[in-house]
Amino acid sequence: MTTTPALDVVELKKTYANGVEALKGVSLRVQPGDFFALLGPNGAGKSTLIGILSSLVNPSSGDARIFGVSIREQRSAAMRLIGLVPQELNFNMFEKPFDICVNQAGFYGIPRAEAGERAEKYLKQLQLWDKAFQPARTMSGGMKRRLMIARAMMSEPKLLILDEPTAGVDIEIRRSMWKFISAINAAGTTVILTTHYLEEAEQLCRNIAIIDKGRIIENTTMKSLLSKLDVETFVLDLERPCANLPEVPGVAFSRVDDVTLEAEMSREHDLNSMFAALTERGIAVRSMRNKANRLEELFVRLVETGSADAGKAAA
Amino acid sequence: MSANPNVVAFGTITRREVVRILRIWMQTLLPSAITMTLYFVIFGRMVGSRIGEIADGIQYIDYIVPGLIMMAVITNSYGNISSSFFGSKFGRYVEEMLASPMPSWVILAGYVTGAVLRGLIVALIVLAISLFFTRIHLYHPWITLSTVLLTAIVFSLAGFVNAVYAKKFDDIALVPTFVLTPLTYLGGVFYSVNQLGSPWREISHANPILYMVNAFRYGLLGISDIPMWTAYAVMLAFAVVLAAIALTLLRRGVGLRS
Repeated sequence: MTTTPALDVVELKKTYANGVEALKGVSLRVQPGDFFALLGPNGAGKSTLIGILSSLVNPSSGDARIFGVSIREQRSAAMRLIGLVPQELNFNMFEKPFDICVNQAGFYGIPRAEAGERAEKYLKQLQLWDKAFQPARTMSGGMKRRLMIARAMMSEPKLLILDEPTAGVDIEIRRSMWKFISAINAAGTTVILTTHYLEEAEQLCRNIAIIDKGRIIENTTMKSLLSKLDVETFVLDLERPCANLPEVPGVAFSRVDDVTLEAEMSREHDLNSMFAALTERGIAVRSMRNKANRLEELFVRLVETGSADAGKAAA
Repeated sequence: MSANPNVVAFGTITRREVVRILRIWMQTLLPSAITMTLYFVIFGRMVGSRIGEIADGIQYIDYIVPGLIMMAVITNSYGNISSSFFGSKFGRYVEEMLASPMPSWVILAGYVTGAVLRGLIVALIVLAISLFFTRIHLYHPWITLSTVLLTAIVFSLAGFVNAVYAKKFDDIALVPTFVLTPLTYLGGVFYSVNQLGSPWREISHANPILYMVNAFRYGLLGISDIPMWTAYAVMLAFAVVLAAIALTLLRRGVGLRS
């Protein structure tokens, strides 16, 4: 038996009035229950795609189905299935968080009594209840971001789209947001996340699509994407300055400063042999770390080359 | 029985609009009360006492009461929807509604109802103030009520269209200043168009506010420069055409969806 995808985007195109081709035929499928990362550099087309899915942007051609419901033919029914946390703050700053949530539920046809109960539930879960009856403009940046999530949850959507929900949020609040979103996903809600914090995508998401210049350049599982990373770069902090760059087969060293080296090596090459070679040359390593997040390294390579084969090619 | 989602959504927008009107009552309700009190004092009592009767048995102050109430209804219904809907565009929270399952007509109906309610509240305030200066006889209650409702609907819809096209706050201030105010003053609020010579009398008939003011005056005083069927035809035609334009703009997302 085949399952209806949570999201099925078919040849979606968007050309703006100024001639900018934001989407050049995007096709994408997200399975129910997935935690899906949609990544791309600024201006790649992510927000346009999300705008179309949430009916804030009119597509030029193509279609998208939310759990089998077309956003073009059955807009109202499709919107009932989606919750959106947009990138920009878009609530009335003069309203109170409780009213913002209750009104949002009202737009989805949820009666006021039930909406009040849901508002209390989600505002409490997101630690906003003590601010529920104060104007939203008095809240901190992190609180405003969490309010957007609480508001999106008011209709208890089957598909939750989060467009950079943790932008500008400190790490503590970011982690609490991850926890909340993971719990929502574990309870059965399909989640699509766009973010510039790639460690966030790597930690949370099972599947991933990378969009660049209006085209999907990669669409696979997180595991299989990360396995494409054949070269890793490590930063080595040395005990003492070393005069000359060491020569170790299979490892390319470069100098950052007197006591810091970068070592680029194939994943096939084991770390023990590199350390043995360094020890032999009298170079003691005090500590070591990855130069960049693994996904970040792949992402940069894919976007730089602009093709799905970039991972292999770069290796 | 579960509530109809569209009815709930409509109620939500209307409630939000009414809460806004009451929250900022010093901006929404008070100005008309002050302005109209000044009109009653200056034009009604001071100037009007020198004019005396303007029609058979009708004092000048009685004559201008319907026009002043309509003036308040027009400016308030127009101003409410244009500022509220443009504010939601400017603050981007219009997206809450555009991304929801609500059909366009529910959004329009909710905003128009909010604006009509402000028009009616202000009409009642101005009517109450007028009672300090004169006594009002209600000749035709249904004509009075239907005229004030139709007028508020027509100008709410016009204000909505203005807000859809507006890109900055100046854009919603231009029409009231340069179109609505002149048309209201030339719409027979302070005089009978029959007093005008040709061609000004004929030109005045191109002003839709003339029909609204006269229909309302007929409801309150039993006199009008315009036949009632003509007045209703004009008001209904404007309401239908503006509703069609507003709904089309909203469905297409003009100025709202890129």
